[in-house]
Amino acid sequence: MSLTLEKITKVVDGELHINDVNLNFEPGSFNVLLGRTLAGKTTLMRLMAGLEKPTSGRVLMNGADMTGVPVRQRNVSMVYQQFINYPNLSVYDNIASPLRLAGDDKQTIDRKVRETAEILRIENFLTRMPLELSGGQQQRTAMARALIKDADLILFDEPLVNLDYKLREELRQEMRELFKVRNTIAVYATTEPNEALALGGTTTVLHEGRSIQYGETAEVYNFPDTVACAELFSEPPLNLTKGEISDSEVTLDQATHFPLNADLAGLGRGNYIFGVRPSHLALFPVNEDDLEISVRVELAEISGSETFLHVRNKHLSLVLHLTGIYQYEVDASIKVYMPTHKIFVFDEDGKILKVPTRLPIVNQAGQISGGVQHG
Amino acid sequence: MSTKTLNSSNDFAQAAKKNKGIALPFTKGQFGMVCYLLFVLVPIYWLLNMSFKTNQEILGGLSLFPQNFTLDNYRVIFTDPTWYNGYLNSIYYVSLNTVISLLVALPAAYAFSRYKFVGDKHLFFWLLTNRMSPPAVFLLPFFQLYSSVGLFDTHIAVALAHCLFNVPLAVWILEGFMSGVPKEIDETAYIDGYSFPHFFAKIFLPMIRSGIGVTAFFCFMFSWVELLLARTLTSIDAKPIGAVMTRTITASGVDWGVLAAAGCLTIVPGVLVIWFVRNHVAKGFALGRV
Repeated sequence: MSLTLEKITKVVDGELHINDVNLNFEPGSFNVLLGRTLAGKTTLMRLMAGLEKPTSGRVLMNGADMTGVPVRQRNVSMVYQQFINYPNLSVYDNIASPLRLAGDDKQTIDRKVRETAEILRIENFLTRMPLELSGGQQQRTAMARALIKDADLILFDEPLVNLDYKLREELRQEMRELFKVRNTIAVYATTEPNEALALGGTTTVLHEGRSIQYGETAEVYNFPDTVACAELFSEPPLNLTKGEISDSEVTLDQATHFPLNADLAGLGRGNYIFGVRPSHLALFPVNEDDLEISVRVELAEISGSETFLHVRNKHLSLVLHLTGIYQYEVDASIKVYMPTHKIFVFDEDGKILKVPTRLPIVNQAGQISGGVQHG
Repeated sequence: MSTKTLNSSNDFAQAAKKNKGIALPFTKGQFGMVCYLLFVLVPIYWLLNMSFKTNQEILGGLSLFPQNFTLDNYRVIFTDPTWYNGYLNSIYYVSLNTVISLLVALPAAYAFSRYKFVGDKHLFFWLLTNRMSPPAVFLLPFFQLYSSVGLFDTHIAVALAHCLFNVPLAVWILEGFMSGVPKEIDETAYIDGYSFPHFFAKIFLPMIRSGIGVTAFFCFMFSWVELLLARTLTSIDAKPIGAVMTRTITASGVDWGVLAAAGCLTIVPGVLVIWFVRNHVAKGFALGRV
C-alpha cells in the first residue's frame, strides 16, 4: 500500500490550513511530519485518514482515489495526543474492538489481543478500565488498539507529548522496533526535532501549511533547503544573522568581521543570511579559524545535563547549546567562539546556498559520525 | 436569632467540655443542619400529620401528632378510581414526556455539541428562551390545536405540551455532558469501524449516562409539578392528580384529611426519582448548566 497526496489544499473558514501539499509514502515506511504547532500536521493527518475532506486535491491509496471515502471504509488507525480510549470498556475490550467490528472469531481476537498487549507490555492490565491506568499505560492501550488491526496506514498525532520524559524515550525506542517488521505506512507528527531524529525514517517539514522539505530524516537535518527548514529542524533554533561578503572578509550584522575562508569564498560578493547551529558554538576555541565574539550573558537555561546559554552583544543575539551544566551571572562578560567553517549560508530569500562541508554528519540512527563530504 | 442560639450552644458545648469533659452529641455545624432541616420539614411533617387525622381533629384545634390515628384518608384514595386514576394519569404522561424529551433531545444535543451549522448558537439560545415564557402564554393555542386534532384529554397531549419546556432543558443539559466527551472518541470509533448508531448506543450513551439520568430527573420533576397545562388539556380520561385534588372542595366544605393524604402521595414519586439520581445531580448542576 502506498499513499499519495496530490495537490491537497484545505481551507477552513477562509483560512488556508493546508497549501498545495504533494507527498508520497511508500509501504513499510516510517514518516515523520515535523512542524511547529499550527503548521498543519494534525489537519494533514486528518485528511490522510479521511476524517476531513480536502478542499481540493486527491488522496490516493495504491493508486486508487480515496478522497471521498469515509474513514470507516478505509483501513487506517490513529493515535491521538490525548489518551483516547473507550472509558466504559475494559482495556481488553478496548483493544479488541476493531477486530470485533471486523467480525473476527473469538480465538483469533483473544490471541491477537494478548499478543499485542504483550508487545506493548500492558498484558497485566487487560481486565482494568482505561481510567484506572497511568497515562503511559493509557497511551499504550490506545496504541495497541491502533496496532491490532493490520491497518494500511497508522497515524500518530504527537502521541508522546503528554507523557513524562522517561516514558517518552522508552516508547519512542519501542516504536522504532515495532515498525521495522510491519508493512504499513506509519506517519508520525511531532514538533520536536530531536524526536524526529531519534525516530529516523523520512521527514516532511511542514511550515504554514506547506511541505517545505521532504527526504530521509538525517538528510533533511544535515542539508536544509531553506532558512525555515533549518530553523524548524534545530532545537534550540538555528542562530541567524544577516551579513555581507566582500572580496576579502565576511561581515556579520555590520560589526563582526572575519577573513573570507575557503568555504565561503565561492559565494561571491553580496548580502546573505548566515546561520550557525547552537551546538556548534563553543566557550573555548576549538579550531584555529574560530571567530571570537565578546558577548554578555542574558540567560543560562539549564535543562537536565545541558545548558542553553543565551548571549548577546550590540549586534548579535546567540544561543549556545552546551553539554554539561554552566552557571553564569546575568550580564557577565564572556567570549564565545563561532566556527567559521560551520556556517550555513542562505540568500536573502532564505534559499540555501552553502551547507558547511566540514560538518560532522548526523546519520540515520541519530548518532554523529565524522565529517562526510557532500557535493 | 438562630445565630444567637448557635453561639450559645457552642459556648455551652465548650463549657461542658472544659468542666466535665462531656461533649455534646453534635458539632456546631450539625446543630445548624438539624435546625435547618427542622424548619424545612415542618410543613411536610404537618401534611403527613394531617393525613393521619380525621377532619374533626384537623379542624378541632392544634395537635402535634394524630390523636385518633386513622388510615381512612389513604383508604379513600386507594379505593376510589377517580383518585388513584389521577396518579396513574400523571405518572403515565410524565413518563411519556420524559421518554419523548430524551429521545428528541439526545440527537439535538449531539448535533449542537458536535457540528457547526448556520445559526447554531442562535438556535441553541432560542431553545432556552422557550423556558422564559410562562406556559400560560401557550395555553390557548395548545387548547385550540389539540381540540381540533382530537388530542384533547389524552395523555400524549399533556406529554407533548410539556415538551415545550422540557426539551429545551434536556438539550441544554445533555449538550453540556456531550461536550465533555472529547470529539476524538467519536473519530476513534469511526476509525475502528463503528457505524454511527452502533457507536452512539455502545460507546457514547454509556459515557454520558449520568447526564441522561440527571436530564430524566429534571424532565420528570418539571412535568410532575406542572399543573396549568395539564389541567387545561384534560377533562376526564387523562385528568392529572393535581386537578383531582380540587375535588375535595365540595359544597359541604373541604375534605382536609384526604387532601393531605393526596399531597403526601404526590411527594413520593419525586422522592423515589431523586433517590435514584442522588449521586449524579451535583454533577448535573456542574456540567449541565442548569
